[in-house]
Amino acid sequence: MATTEHHSYDVIIIGAGGAGLRAAIEAKERGLKVALVCKSLLGKAHTVMAEGGVAAAMGNVYEEDNWKVHFRDTMRGGKMLNNWRMAQLHAQESPDRVLELEAWGALFDRTKDGKILQRDFGGHRYARLAHVGDRTGLELIRTLQQKAVSMDIDVFMECKILRLLRDDNGRIAGAVGYWRPTGEFITFAAKAVILASGGVGKSWKYTSNSWEGTGDGHAMALWAGAELIDMECVQFHPTGMVWPLSVRGILVTEGVRGDGGVLRNSEGKRFMFDYVADMFRAETAESEEEADKWYDDHTAGRRPPELLPRDEVARSINAEVKAGRGSPHGGVFLDIATRRSAEFIRRRLPSMYHQFMELAGVDITTTPMEVGPTLHYIMGGVRVDADTAATGIPGLFAAGEVAGGMHGSNRLGGNSLSDLIVFGRRAGMGAADFIEGASGEPTFSQAEVDAVIAEALEPFSRESGENPYDIQHDLQELMQANVGIIRTGAEIDEALEQLEVMKDRAANVAVKGGRIYNPAWNLATDLGAMLTVSTCVALGATHRKESRGGHTRDDFPKADPELGKVNMVLSQPQGTGVRGAVKVDPQPIPEMPEELKALFEEAK
Amino acid sequence: MADVTMRLWRGDQDGGELVDYTIEAQEGEVVLDVIHRLQATQIPDLACRWNCKAGKCGSCSAEINGMPRLMCMTRMDQLPEGPVTVTPMRTFPIIRDLVTDVSFNFEQAKRVPAFNPGTVPADGFRMQQADVERGQEFRKCIECFMCQNVCHVIRDHEENKPKYAGPRFFIRYAELEMHPMDTNDRRELVREKMGLGLCNITKCCTEVCPEHIKITDNAIIPLKERVVDAHYDPVAWLGRKISGRKKRTADEAAAHRP
Repeated sequence: MATTEHHSYDVIIIGAGGAGLRAAIEAKERGLKVALVCKSLLGKAHTVMAEGGVAAAMGNVYEEDNWKVHFRDTMRGGKMLNNWRMAQLHAQESPDRVLELEAWGALFDRTKDGKILQRDFGGHRYARLAHVGDRTGLELIRTLQQKAVSMDIDVFMECKILRLLRDDNGRIAGAVGYWRPTGEFITFAAKAVILASGGVGKSWKYTSNSWEGTGDGHAMALWAGAELIDMECVQFHPTGMVWPLSVRGILVTEGVRGDGGVLRNSEGKRFMFDYVADMFRAETAESEEEADKWYDDHTAGRRPPELLPRDEVARSINAEVKAGRGSPHGGVFLDIATRRSAEFIRRRLPSMYHQFMELAGVDITTTPMEVGPTLHYIMGGVRVDADTAATGIPGLFAAGEVAGGMHGSNRLGGNSLSDLIVFGRRAGMGAADFIEGASGEPTFSQAEVDAVIAEALEPFSRESGENPYDIQHDLQELMQANVGIIRTGAEIDEALEQLEVMKDRAANVAVKGGRIYNPAWNLATDLGAMLTVSTCVALGATHRKESRGGHTRDDFPKADPELGKVNMVLSQPQGTGVRGAVKVDPQPIPEMPEELKALFEEAK
Repeated sequence: MADVTMRLWRGDQDGGELVDYTIEAQEGEVVLDVIHRLQATQIPDLACRWNCKAGKCGSCSAEINGMPRLMCMTRMDQLPEGPVTVTPMRTFPIIRDLVTDVSFNFEQAKRVPAFNPGTVPADGFRMQQADVERGQEFRKCIECFMCQNVCHVIRDHEENKPKYAGPRFFIRYAELEMHPMDTNDRRELVREKMGLGLCNITKCCTEVCPEHIKITDNAIIPLKERVVDAHYDPVAWLGRKISGRKKRTADEAAAHRP
């Protein structure tokens, strides 16, 4: 076998979205030699698509806001399945992280007295989202990117990592992957590895996720012997585009509702008033009149039901469509045209205006949008220590969407961008502390590397075999139909059977052409992770026999208080790969200290 | 629906050609959708760069019927009848098919002296909306690099690349110069090292910007004026003499790091 390009670093970071960039900046500031490795060009990661804002209890619009209120909102939004310590750190530290972005050059929208403006979003008691129109993710990633570039951090763009490598003592030792532009393989030796690889959405048919969301980090962590938790908790964002079909799933920001947009069914009715769960009844408006007063003054009325957490709204839209009250293309109507001036809409929601005008030929200042649920985010992920982002594997850390626990069973809008910068930084600190405390240079086995490379090249050697696009297509249909927004035991079990068949098929893919920027081959190397994460979601879903947050079982429609006390912990023997048997082990969630529990008592 | 013919550039660094592919048209599709269906059914190894498919990431830039466009934001039903020609951006080296090597832009990004606010107040800056809006316009940039691609200074002049930052980076320099809290002075740097003077404001960049940033009017022309004030204005020269303040040289600006 030809010599493989090799590099040595203190830390390699897999993924260059918000979490990866923030981790890289932190590790570099600690004096470490850092490599940032990403599947796309720098600045194109999924973070760039975040629209509405970054949640931080800065109190710039409502002085009453503070970390305790944000913490409480986050836990309630997650149906109390969250890792309380992560939720606490997140609420406490996000204001400082936002101010830090500003000090690095971010230009947020301003209040009249010149502070950072904050907007309303679902599940947040106060206007809390720092934002730039509806392109906050772009501002966040560009700011971090420019900061990282100015610090001379080495970036490996369009470089896909295939496998994590451990040494004989179980410590992380590096990773192996390939350059997409050349198809040449590359290995990294590293004292610590930070996973910041984002989500899993590409295993579903209708998703807001880009092609990169194939669950690489989740799968590689599991294959290397780390644990995943609560993978069944997947968020369907209530408002994705539904028409034209080719753009189905593209996100429509929650900011539309935060800024006054309402949901209507085919009869023109604001149906969300019919779907207010008991848990949120006390703080939700009972009439349109009361709800409409709230936008101008949060003390004059209670919150509109359109701003309930995302899981509640997505299920309600699903129910309206099922009941035959949907829009012509199978969604519902999101109406801001009759409620706000054209000038207001164009100023506050410029990309939404642009997106609907160009892709659907719809002017949102005069016409309601057709929207429906789209797979957006996974709350489940790699099990980590809250303070350090450390996984169970020495030297392996995880931050951002790939990490589990922070958001419980449902994430509030705006809590993702803040998660990235709070825990990206903590992962950088965690890795630096680990390296300071560890001794020796871990080494990996060249035989293992050779085996990974040989496996990656197999599709070229098959004369006949399956087209990887066909397997991807069938997987997306299966997960959409059987492990979608509303689930039943029988359908999930069928999916688990089908997934095993697909693993056989994936082991027999054939690819033609060369290795230089060959998308069929690139997809073939993504299939393993897609199948592993799909299996994990289905396994978690079959074991969690209740409905909670982003996980809804038609056959168990209520939350079970006992299951609310456990994480579904997934693991498999190290080195068994995509065919490894995944074990599901319910384990108690970390118990919240009394002083934090008291916050929920007061609120009742 | 009827069939559509896609005339795609296939090849690599050593050359290539336009190849016709025929596929059934579908309602509401953009060019990128058709490319994806071709990959899944006829040409699995067709190289094409993309990410968000929503006009937000700037990955899928190409030349569609000769015009630089994002493939994900170009609707098939708005193109004229007949074959749809898709070729890679011409200013950058080919990797394969529709994918080009855009590293020129990432190298230029490294040369930008970062935002430097000096001391930052603990509770953040106080800035008015009107003052941040000028910079916000430039920060809408999604780095599709189509302005760089279309700029005649480098489109057919490889020799200019080392001394020319290009429109994407002129808006970055303008943004930093207009930031209310920045303390650096990059005017000499932009004049001497970044080739601002090579731009003769033909506005090609503005025309192709998918974010509708007024690159020429709002960034390049004001930047040129500031550079002129710094470099040639005798009144400003006299002012500097009297006050003892100096403009920063290109090297000083490059070294002024936070």
